[in-house]
Amino acid sequence: MSEKELGKKWDRCLADCAVKVGAGLGLGVVFSVVFFKRHTWPISFGLGTGLGMAYSNCQNDLRSHYLLHRSMKVGWTKQQ
Amino acid sequence: MLRVFLRGANTKAQKCLYGRAHPTNLQHHRHYTSGESSGAAKVVAVGLVTLGSSIGGTVLYAKWDPKFRTAVEKNIPYSDWLLGMALGPNPYSPVTAHKKQVELSQPPSMMTEESRSSKIKKEKNIKEEPSVSTASETTSAPVYSAQSIEESSAEASHIISAISEVPSVPAPHDTEAAVLTEECKECHHHGDTPVPAMVEAVDSMTEGPLKERPAEEVTARLAQQEQEDQDILASVSASLEESLASSAKTTLQAIGAQEAALQAIGSHTHKLKEAMEAEVPPDQKSAQWRDLETALAERRSTVNDAGAALLKARDALDSLRSVIDKAKESKVAAVQPLVLAAEENLHSMVVDLDQAVTKVQSAESEAKIVSQYTELVNEAKRQFQKELSSLTPEIQANWKGLNDLNALIAHAHRRIDQLNRELAEQRVREQVHIEAALEQQKLEDQKALDKAVHTATQHSKEEARLEQERKLSELREVMEAEMRTQLRRQAAAHTDHLRDILKVQEQELRSEAEQVLNSKMLEQETHYRQLTQEQLDNFTLDMNAAYARLKGMEEAIDSHVIAEEEARKAHQLWLSVEALSYTLKTAGSDLPTKPLESAVQAIQDSCCNNEFALALASALPEESLRRGVYSEASLRSRFNSLRSMVRRVALIDESHNSLYQYFLSYLQAALLFEEKQAMPPTQLTNEDLDPFKLLSYASYCLEHEDLELAAKFVNQLRGEARRVVQDWLTEARLTLETRQVVTLLSAYANAVGLGTTQAP
Repeated sequence: MSEKELGKKWDRCLADCAVKVGAGLGLGVVFSVVFFKRHTWPISFGLGTGLGMAYSNCQNDLRSHYLLHRSMKVGWTKQQ
Repeated sequence: MLRVFLRGANTKAQKCLYGRAHPTNLQHHRHYTSGESSGAAKVVAVGLVTLGSSIGGTVLYAKWDPKFRTAVEKNIPYSDWLLGMALGPNPYSPVTAHKKQVELSQPPSMMTEESRSSKIKKEKNIKEEPSVSTASETTSAPVYSAQSIEESSAEASHIISAISEVPSVPAPHDTEAAVLTEECKECHHHGDTPVPAMVEAVDSMTEGPLKERPAEEVTARLAQQEQEDQDILASVSASLEESLASSAKTTLQAIGAQEAALQAIGSHTHKLKEAMEAEVPPDQKSAQWRDLETALAERRSTVNDAGAALLKARDALDSLRSVIDKAKESKVAAVQPLVLAAEENLHSMVVDLDQAVTKVQSAESEAKIVSQYTELVNEAKRQFQKELSSLTPEIQANWKGLNDLNALIAHAHRRIDQLNRELAEQRVREQVHIEAALEQQKLEDQKALDKAVHTATQHSKEEARLEQERKLSELREVMEAEMRTQLRRQAAAHTDHLRDILKVQEQELRSEAEQVLNSKMLEQETHYRQLTQEQLDNFTLDMNAAYARLKGMEEAIDSHVIAEEEARKAHQLWLSVEALSYTLKTAGSDLPTKPLESAVQAIQDSCCNNEFALALASALPEESLRRGVYSEASLRSRFNSLRSMVRRVALIDESHNSLYQYFLSYLQAALLFEEKQAMPPTQLTNEDLDPFKLLSYASYCLEHEDLELAAKFVNQLRGEARRVVQDWLTEARLTLETRQVVTLLSAYANAVGLGTTQAP
């Protein structure tokens, strides 16, 4: 079902975002705790990184249909 | 702006071109105009001079060489007119001669033109009249009789006259061709068409002697002529024979008479001689003298008779000659030998007669001599008697006295002396006498000779003539024989020719007859064949009709069977299609139908030989076969759930697919309100391609159970929205396809069923 794909994508996206954010947070926290003396910026940085990565991933995932891979020749249809 | 620029460029180009060309053109023109006065005039003058000189040279050379002239005239169209004007007509040209020939060969058609004939007459009168008239007279007859020959000969002579340049010399009495040539030469001189037959000659001339008589007339005439000849011959021969016989008789008589006369003369002479010389006793002497007298009388009578007979014979011979002459005049050829024979007879008779006459004459001359001798002797005797009587007158008969005897002896002696003297004188005058006698004899001899010669010449002439005639007749006979042989040969050749012709004719006739026979046979055969063919055809027609009917019945039965079969099949098909359509209805909500495979299989089984149905059955999409199709209701419900999704991704497409765009799109979907269902217009505009509108249209269509149109509208979605509805679209397509095929099949089955159902 093609209509469910978007939903799936969103799910993935969210999941990924959660993971990334969490991981970022975690790492940020870790880094902030470990390396950066409990500053908050690594957390936010990590968060932001995580968000950003998640955003980017999500975007890529959502965009993935429209992107032509370099190996694809013109005129070929991408088989899904 | 581009146009303006182009225009400007064009104008510039043109100006450039013209600007460049104009000065050169003007220059050229100027150059020409400046040089025209001198150069052109020069050229024109030179051209005229060359033309004139060439023409003049051609004319002069043509004058000198007629062959060149003819060549020029032949090749250059109006040159002959020009050359004729300049030099006069071409004497050598064969064209003019041909024209003359054509002119001259018209005489047969113009023979009756009086004007021309009179003109010719005048000309002929001016020329030598008698010769021409006679010649024309002689020509008119053969001309009038054989016109084709005359034509050809005239043509030939005209050709000859036209080609040759002989001046006309009228020949006075010439042959026909010569006369014609003369006339042609005349006309060649006068340039008129000659009229060989003049009107007067034509009028005066009869056509009788030269018209060919018909064959029967000829044979009749020939027979008549023969008859006449035969008559003439018979008459002539009869007359000849008659006259010959009579003349022969008379001649024989005359000859007999002559012979008798000869005999008489001979006997008389002999008797006279005897009487003179023989010394016989006196009584016998008187008897002798009596005999002599009788012999003389007899001689006279016989001589008279002979003369009369001779006259008669000569008359007869003359008449015979006249008859012969008359017979000679007749033209019958068969008379000639008779005439010749008669002439020969005549001649022989004449000769015999003459011979007899000459014999008689010689005998007479001899007799004359003898008679002269006797007369002399008598004279001497008388003289002696007279002397004796004068001496002794008294003694007449008695001679017994001696004195008388002595006187007598003396007288005798005296007489002897006298006689001796006379003899001497005579001897002297002998020569003269002999000469005179010789002369006389010569004269007589000459006369006799002349006469004899004359008669001999006549006889010889006659003989020669007869010989000639005989030779002529012989020659004629030989010639006749030869001619007969030649004629026989000709007749033989003619018969051979006739035989050949007959053979050929026989062949021709036979072939003709065969042809006719063949054609008749063919006709009969064809007729017979036609009849048989007709019969056959009729029979075949009947058979064919019966067969056709049988066939028709069989076909009807078969078709019935087939139709029933078809009907059964159609029924089956319909049933299967119904089953298929029923399976379509088995779709639950959100669950596809049963797979259509079995139903399709059933259909395929039921319509194994129906291509259309098979094609349709095979046209069903695989998915529907395997998996079945969704019902419209499920699709509708699905669409409703889809709709919100599509609304949310309405802005996303290839270029706008970032998350921000997603956010915007979501925002738009939240904020934008469109009708749930909007009636789609009949024509879509660009504005209608907005996804929201499309969705409302599609929803409307779905609500109104128009899945197709809804699918169409949904198909217009682009970008992400389209991706979202892709599956739905395919499902919708599948359903639509299946439904289409099924409807087609059912329609087809219905149609087939309708078609196969037979009206009661």
